[in-house]
Amino acid sequence: MSKVIKLRKGLDINLVGAAERVLTKGGDAPGYALVPSHYRGVTPKLLVKVGDKVKAGSPLFFSKEHPEVLFTAPVSGEVSAINRGEKRKILSIVVRPDGERQSEQFDTCPIGDLTRERVRETLLRAGFWPMLVQRPFGVIADTAATPKAIFISGLDTAPLAPELNFLVQDQGEHLIAGLEVLKKLTDGKVHLTVGTDTTAGVLSRIKQAEIHHIEGPHPAGNVGVQIAHIDPINKGDLVWTVELQHVAMIGRLFMTGTVDMTKIVALTGSEVVKPRYFKVISGALISSITDGNLRPQDAGEERGVRIISGNPLTGIKVEPDDIEGYLGFYHNQVTVIPEGNKYEFLGWAMPRISKFSASHSYFSWMFPKKRYNLDTNLNGGPRAFVQTGIYDRVLPMNIYPLYLIKAVMAGDIDKMENLGIYEVLEEDLALCEFIDPSKNEWQATLSRGIELMIKELN
Amino acid sequence: MKGLRHYLNKIKPNFEQGGKYGRFASTFEAFESFLYVPNTVTRKGAHIRDAMDLKRTMTVVIIALLPALLFGMFNIGYQHNLALGLTLSDVSVWSNFWFGFLKVLPIIVVAYAVGLGIEFLFAELRHEEVNEGFLVSGMLIPMIMPVDCPLWIVAVATAFAVVVGKEMFGGTGMNIFNPALLARAFIFFAYPTAISGNEVWVAGLKNASAAGMQLVDGYSGATPLSDAAAALSNGAQSIDWSMGTTPIDWFYGLIPGSIGETSTLAILIGAFILIWTGVGSWRIMLSTVIGGLVMGGIFNLIGTNVMMDIPAWYHLLIGGFAFGTVFMATDPVTAAQTDRGKWIYGFLIGVLCVLTRVLNPGYPEGMMLAILFMNAMAPLIDYYVVQGNIKRRLKRAKVNA
Repeated sequence: MSKVIKLRKGLDINLVGAAERVLTKGGDAPGYALVPSHYRGVTPKLLVKVGDKVKAGSPLFFSKEHPEVLFTAPVSGEVSAINRGEKRKILSIVVRPDGERQSEQFDTCPIGDLTRERVRETLLRAGFWPMLVQRPFGVIADTAATPKAIFISGLDTAPLAPELNFLVQDQGEHLIAGLEVLKKLTDGKVHLTVGTDTTAGVLSRIKQAEIHHIEGPHPAGNVGVQIAHIDPINKGDLVWTVELQHVAMIGRLFMTGTVDMTKIVALTGSEVVKPRYFKVISGALISSITDGNLRPQDAGEERGVRIISGNPLTGIKVEPDDIEGYLGFYHNQVTVIPEGNKYEFLGWAMPRISKFSASHSYFSWMFPKKRYNLDTNLNGGPRAFVQTGIYDRVLPMNIYPLYLIKAVMAGDIDKMENLGIYEVLEEDLALCEFIDPSKNEWQATLSRGIELMIKELN
Repeated sequence: MKGLRHYLNKIKPNFEQGGKYGRFASTFEAFESFLYVPNTVTRKGAHIRDAMDLKRTMTVVIIALLPALLFGMFNIGYQHNLALGLTLSDVSVWSNFWFGFLKVLPIIVVAYAVGLGIEFLFAELRHEEVNEGFLVSGMLIPMIMPVDCPLWIVAVATAFAVVVGKEMFGGTGMNIFNPALLARAFIFFAYPTAISGNEVWVAGLKNASAAGMQLVDGYSGATPLSDAAAALSNGAQSIDWSMGTTPIDWFYGLIPGSIGETSTLAILIGAFILIWTGVGSWRIMLSTVIGGLVMGGIFNLIGTNVMMDIPAWYHLLIGGFAFGTVFMATDPVTAAQTDRGKWIYGFLIGVLCVLTRVLNPGYPEGMMLAILFMNAMAPLIDYYVVQGNIKRRLKRAKVNA
């Protein structure tokens, strides 16, 4: 085994409702959609209209900024709705499946014979290019660039995160093919980082990439943290990252010549009756996964639940409607937790045994194994930054998070660059946001900084 | 409790924008969020949040202050009676405490009333929520006052500290100097007689003869620090500690001094609470102590006068060293913010404190000015620490390129 990256900084948040290793095959959802806001910096230009028949892999829209990047239907069927919001902004393009599972066809050839140009062509045409995410800034990969390296995380340490080994348990072959395909795209290495306890899983058998082992608390599974410990991003570097299940999808595409965006997601959270895994297709209507699986809510209480596409730290809040209520393109998880819209009498002064805190002023340090049922209450009011030194303890990177976020707030481009904005994405600062006693919105602030950087650098 | 919640819900609309008492929105919010953790939910980013907030943080500090405060109340009665020749066999612990309690309570009330009044006013003007920061400052200010400080001076100093020290910079989290220390520094320079000399540290001592107090022969009310300073200016060969106190008395805190600063033991309990909860930085506390010992040790080696000959560890027990180390230097807003910066910042506070004490006997208590000076220097320290991080990042880029 190669050298193990050991992290001491970070924080594991144990929540009620982790998924059991049980796989349910979900039926067809009534709708599948692409939601343009799930991708950073994409202005959609439509290629279809309502009523058009599409196959899996047929383009629905392209990116105005990079017209060669196509976004394609995950299933075959009929375009049933193009939902628009204010200023006619496109919110989602919905495909109603016809159940025939037809796909656009792509030529196959032995993977060894593929050229970089051909891989690029096929990924773009099949709508798989958006699976390649580029750092700095977490945008869709630049089609003209060759990255320094490609990084894939083989573990997810976020609260209630799915076991990645379980998600790809029967995808060994596709993963290997996908890794071989990705190798064509870079002159550097393809890095796969796995946990130290994956001895039995699929991932332990993979040799087709540069394998790294990592152990420690969240955010050990964040690919950004792994990059920082393997080969940090410097100014001028470009690296790409790919979700593990996307690697398998890419492998499938090149082995079969068809578009199959099937993936496994974990349905988790304290409001789920039996948290477990579901086999679905990318972009599925979320209510098709959650319906019938949520705890009945007490009548008379107006609390409700929050449905999150993704994990509770970084996911997207979705309304269970058919406008934007679809599984996120990059998400392997759906989380349902209670809303926290209730008052708590003198809560800040109470012992609050049932509350979780990284701070010893609560008692959760006494029960390291306890699983908590956290709601969405902010647990306080927004304030200026007061406490220092605590944020560094949850960010295992050579970065001063408080200084970085203040540079972002001040809109100081040079400082942001100097303090490491190229190395982080929102997810990497999510724990800083979680523990912040001043209740600032770190991820939203960092997003603004990243958008400013993108604008200034162009 | 349901009834109270219903009542708040009923009157809440009056305090919203455009309501009958709309201009008191911040005040209402402050009281409401004091009674109830608000029902605000997360909007963006992390959907779940840690239970820790600033109210809890400040509460922890206040709890940590309580041992020193309660002991201080007792000690005020004890010192007062000691001046009259009465010891614990004559006056019970409880009546000593009660005497001190009645002396200290008005100071606390005045500090909170003035400080919170200004905080609420500024919050209303800025349309912001009232920040919890003053809950701690309002407790710290009385604890670093001499017991006989006139209430109007406390009021003026508090107002100065809050307006000039904090609100002018934008409120809690933005200030450069520790507000409580600023209040004390203000008194020190504006009303020096109220806060220096030997008579102010023991209740009633200043007007003893007018009030008909029968003092014990030779009782001066001097603190160990002023004993040392007096020995130096008289050119004495050794220090004659008033009332024959020993380091163990200083450790327990049975000596004259500011209300909350005398008992190193009680302060250590507070330090333990702050360190354990992570609210106060152990790095700063430890490095301040090291700084004080190092500087004291250097003076021991030089040893040209009685002040330099004071064993280095005495400095930790006398004056405001312990209190300043634990409760003032660790204020996260005004201290250095990087871990490495905290080591430097604390160390220099310790060094400067002992340096001032030994070399400037005109003002024996060096802790206040040492901390205020390092408050001003903290951003500079952090600047160089952060610059180091930036340089490493640039270097890494060059090596790879």
